[in-house]
Amino acid sequence: MSAAHRPAELLEVQGLSKRFALQRSLGDVVLRREARVVRAVEEVSLQVARGETLGIVGESGCGKSTLARCLVRLYEPDAGTVRFEGQDALALQGDARRAFNRRVQMVFQDPYGSLNPRLRVGEALAEALRVHRIVPDGDVGARVDALLDLVHLPRDAAGRYPHEFSGGQRQRIGIARALAVEPSVIIADEPVSALDVSVQAQIVNLFLELQERLGLALVFITHDLRLVRHVSHRLAVMYLGRIVETGPTERVFAAPRHPYTQALVAAVPAVEPGRRSRQAAVRGELPSPLSPPPGCPFHPRCPLAQDVCRRDLPALRERSGDWPVACHFA
Amino acid sequence: MSGGPDPILAVERLAVTFDTPRGSVRAVDGVDLSVREGEILGLVGESGSGKSVTLRGIVRLLRANAAVAGRVLWKGADLLAASPERLQAVRGREIAMIFQEPMTALNPVLSIGTQIEESLVAHTTLDDAGRKRRAAELLDLVGIASAKVRLAAYPHEFSGGMRQRAMIAIALAAQPRLLLADEPTTALDVTIQDQILKLLLGLCQDLGMAMILVTHDLGVVAETCDRVSVMYAGRVVESGPVEALFRHPRHAYTHALLRSMPHGGAARQPLVPIPGQPPRLDRPVEGCPFAPRCQLVEDRCRTVAPPFEPVGPAHAAACWASDRLAMAEGTA
Repeated sequence: MSAAHRPAELLEVQGLSKRFALQRSLGDVVLRREARVVRAVEEVSLQVARGETLGIVGESGCGKSTLARCLVRLYEPDAGTVRFEGQDALALQGDARRAFNRRVQMVFQDPYGSLNPRLRVGEALAEALRVHRIVPDGDVGARVDALLDLVHLPRDAAGRYPHEFSGGQRQRIGIARALAVEPSVIIADEPVSALDVSVQAQIVNLFLELQERLGLALVFITHDLRLVRHVSHRLAVMYLGRIVETGPTERVFAAPRHPYTQALVAAVPAVEPGRRSRQAAVRGELPSPLSPPPGCPFHPRCPLAQDVCRRDLPALRERSGDWPVACHFA
Repeated sequence: MSGGPDPILAVERLAVTFDTPRGSVRAVDGVDLSVREGEILGLVGESGSGKSVTLRGIVRLLRANAAVAGRVLWKGADLLAASPERLQAVRGREIAMIFQEPMTALNPVLSIGTQIEESLVAHTTLDDAGRKRRAAELLDLVGIASAKVRLAAYPHEFSGGMRQRAMIAIALAAQPRLLLADEPTTALDVTIQDQILKLLLGLCQDLGMAMILVTHDLGVVAETCDRVSVMYAGRVVESGPVEALFRHPRHAYTHALLRSMPHGGAARQPLVPIPGQPPRLDRPVEGCPFAPRCQLVEDRCRTVAPPFEPVGPAHAAACWASDRLAMAEGTA
């Protein structure tokens, strides 16, 4: 993980934070209280290199989708930097901003919600090609065919509407749409969560294959730990807006250091009979991001929690020479 | 297992057809199931496989456009032929049900305590004070801390996991013998899912209650169930003890489904997907419904439906390739 061994970073995030102010309720106004603030993402730093997949896992409300939207500038972060190929992506304007939008593409969970239902698949792909002037007008048709080939859809799909396809096929269309503009980075937010298991595997394999062929950098965001292991080189585990552990996927899975990662790994039901137990992996509920606990955000659920955990926020740093963990006792 | 006690629930040739404006849809097509006292049966399948409709068909909780055929033998008597009064007496009392989304099953304008007490009024002879005490015991039983105080809370004040716990408490109020659980953890986060599954497992063991757990997640089955029935296109294609079925699947679909799941193993291994899509149910299938996606398909699969036959102790499958799968496992 040390900088010396890593190829040049394509996407580099430092100290990224995003907060949302809630609308003040009537009670707040009467009592002259400030609007409440959700700290969705807090001081997140990460890097992705060309051809690399970073998996981001966490449960609902951990900020993983907000982070994804900050990376493509669908949200403007409140603090921190996003550097793309060494450039400050948050300062880009006009043509440079459009170029950034083209190079960093997003794939959503619900492809049906992100495809225009009135455009035939071929038209939707052609539109992306024309807007970003990817190929001369005369070559658009051939490029559409090539894109459909790339995601293993039949070429006659171009003449059909999104509603005529199944969920898995629609996700292929969503991926083709993202690939049309020749991006370097794909941010995929729960791209297979809405699909059946047997179809999930088809899309996961497509991501693996496309990355190999096109050298894409991929940020794969999911709540599914079993899945993330199959796609990512490196892993970042989020809890309540912060990264609590990040390291090489295989090593983190083999020996998770943060008690939350340990609980998460233990809580995933293994497809392995004969391990029935009545003991839950971790107690307690997910805290609300509206009122995060003081100190370490995981301390109310943590079996190891001591006074220091209730008081001091542990920094995310390498402890005893492994990978970064944010735990006083890791 | 085959010489065990009689099942408390036996579903025989259950068929559910929905009459829709676009023709009739055969969602459940001749399903056989059985559950013994205290046993946890997993009913697993992908979307549209008919697992939820089967579960609702057992207690006839289906829309008016559903036609139900077959038999549902509860303690020997057919629920499908039972009078509305008899059915009402079984539902909620002897057989209770919990759902995927507790927010839509709970009444948003009544406190949790009131809703548990409603169930106690309907199914027990406890007096007012007894019901209050019992309601607090039930919330405590399902792992809600400071149960007495929480009785006054409303569903929106609870998190998803706590709502599911509250719904389980309501279901347990009548001390049912069988709990029908329809994807009870699908909407929950993984650490909360883990808590709820462990809770259900513990309750079944402690109360001697049987459960049918509908899920799409084979991992949930492996960690919770005694036996499992695998559904595809409205049919049970394989059924058996969890251990035997996971280690030695004898239906090509079960085999493919298990292989398509992400397994620990090495990072960045391609998965083994099942090609194609699940079939449509609005047209009759000739032969085996899995044949168009099956890697082991042979000619007769497309024309003759394979019989559901025993392949081991308490283990049965409907697959022409069953013997080939057994041999492949043997040499592997």
